[in-house]
Amino acid sequence: MSIDVTTDLQHVVEDAAAHLYVWALKDIPQDLRDALSDARARETSVPGKRVLETIHKNVNIADSQNNLVCQDTGIAVYTCRVGEHFPLHPTRIYEGLRDGTARATVEHPLRSNAVHTITRENTGPNIGYRLPIVHWEFIPDWDGLDVKCVPKGSGSENMSFLKMCIPADGVKGIKSFVLESIVGAGGKPCPPGIVGVGIGGTADYAMYLAKEAITRPVGTRNPDPLVAELEEELYGLLNETGIGPMGLGGDVTVLQCHIEHADTHMTLNPVAVNYQCWAARRASAHISSTGETEFDREF
Amino acid sequence: MANHTVTFPITDPNEILKLRAGDEVTVQGHIIGIRDRTQIRIFDQGVEPPMDLSGAFLLHTAPNVRKVSEDAEGKGTYEKICIGTTTSARMVRFTEPLGRQYGVRAICGKGGFPDEAIAPMHELGMVYFAIVGGAAALETTQIEEIEEVMWEELMPECLWKFRVKDFGPLTVGIDAHGNSLYHDVQTRAKAKLEELIARF
Repeated sequence: MSIDVTTDLQHVVEDAAAHLYVWALKDIPQDLRDALSDARARETSVPGKRVLETIHKNVNIADSQNNLVCQDTGIAVYTCRVGEHFPLHPTRIYEGLRDGTARATVEHPLRSNAVHTITRENTGPNIGYRLPIVHWEFIPDWDGLDVKCVPKGSGSENMSFLKMCIPADGVKGIKSFVLESIVGAGGKPCPPGIVGVGIGGTADYAMYLAKEAITRPVGTRNPDPLVAELEEELYGLLNETGIGPMGLGGDVTVLQCHIEHADTHMTLNPVAVNYQCWAARRASAHISSTGETEFDREF
Repeated sequence: MANHTVTFPITDPNEILKLRAGDEVTVQGHIIGIRDRTQIRIFDQGVEPPMDLSGAFLLHTAPNVRKVSEDAEGKGTYEKICIGTTTSARMVRFTEPLGRQYGVRAICGKGGFPDEAIAPMHELGMVYFAIVGGAAALETTQIEEIEEVMWEELMPECLWKFRVKDFGPLTVGIDAHGNSLYHDVQTRAKAKLEELIARF
């Protein structure tokens, strides 16, 4: 048996993207549902409880009516892990992801958010120049493809912050910047959500790492024990700020703090914050070299 | 913290004055959807809004909709798919002219307005309602019908007229008496921040 790789596999990728985008928007992952339930159980402020109760009701209505959890269909951000022997070249994988995003937008239909950054004119069904955004990882000795779709809403993306701390600022500088960023963001990024922090690397890479951090299942810990310890500490400190659900005051300001790190230059100490709202949407697919697709929440 | 039901548009200013920061409110009647580009057109490009905004409740939104028909002039009718609320802070500078020039009495969005909204809301008898951002599936069930759409060329940032039933629960974030929950939360959080950083 043979398959026409460039057409058939590209269609498989397109079908997967079309499914993932809509699925992510409608059905939030179980780890997130559990985190929101825990938040609802421990919140004590009156407005905060009202917010978390409304979120709970909203998620149930999205389930029962098969509707979107949030109206902001976001920018479709994909992460691909491409096996060394996967038979479709990434240029064609990109085309499949782009066409699937557009097809889902037209067929559902979904709100189209994509605009030209200068003219602000709409550029198409959630596609445009360099949209959707795809991040790539390449895996040796493997012939599969994993695709993760994270539709990223603008309310939380607008609350992104970067600081080039200096080495003398140390970890204290990192912690202070994360706390100041989340207090300053207040209710705007739809708390309680996931605070993604990227440390090390370069300015652009730190922000990429912060984005990677928000796509992890809620409450997973960085494998490096030093970083995991910092995640725990920041999670506790952020929830002492009192910002609360939707910034109306309360006990639960964040569901989690996730950190990704890279080694850096001896004179650099970059720290980036990328926020993910409570509707932390995420869906994944595994595609084999012969085109079988299995939908999952995680790689 | 009291519970209220208010029907919009209002004609009696006391309907707004009775609301206090932190109160819970449910809204009936008609509300108007508006967003960045809609307000840029009105205030920066000087185009008169083709809808009466006096006593109005404005919602910061850009909905997911399906076009169901088009009349002879090309004006569309739309049905709802998913309608939710966007971040208000980007649009705070329009608060004062909306109240003074057009008589808007309530603005609803998510995430709150910064302190610059407090004075005009106090002076003009306006209120800011906090909705739960992202809770669009629920919000959609409370919008009975899209009655009118103007400026379709700005899709989805048009002027939308929605008929609502039991819209809420909303929290009074900023009242017409100079109180703001956001100001209070920020003041406390900034003091706490200093205390936390001092621990490092």
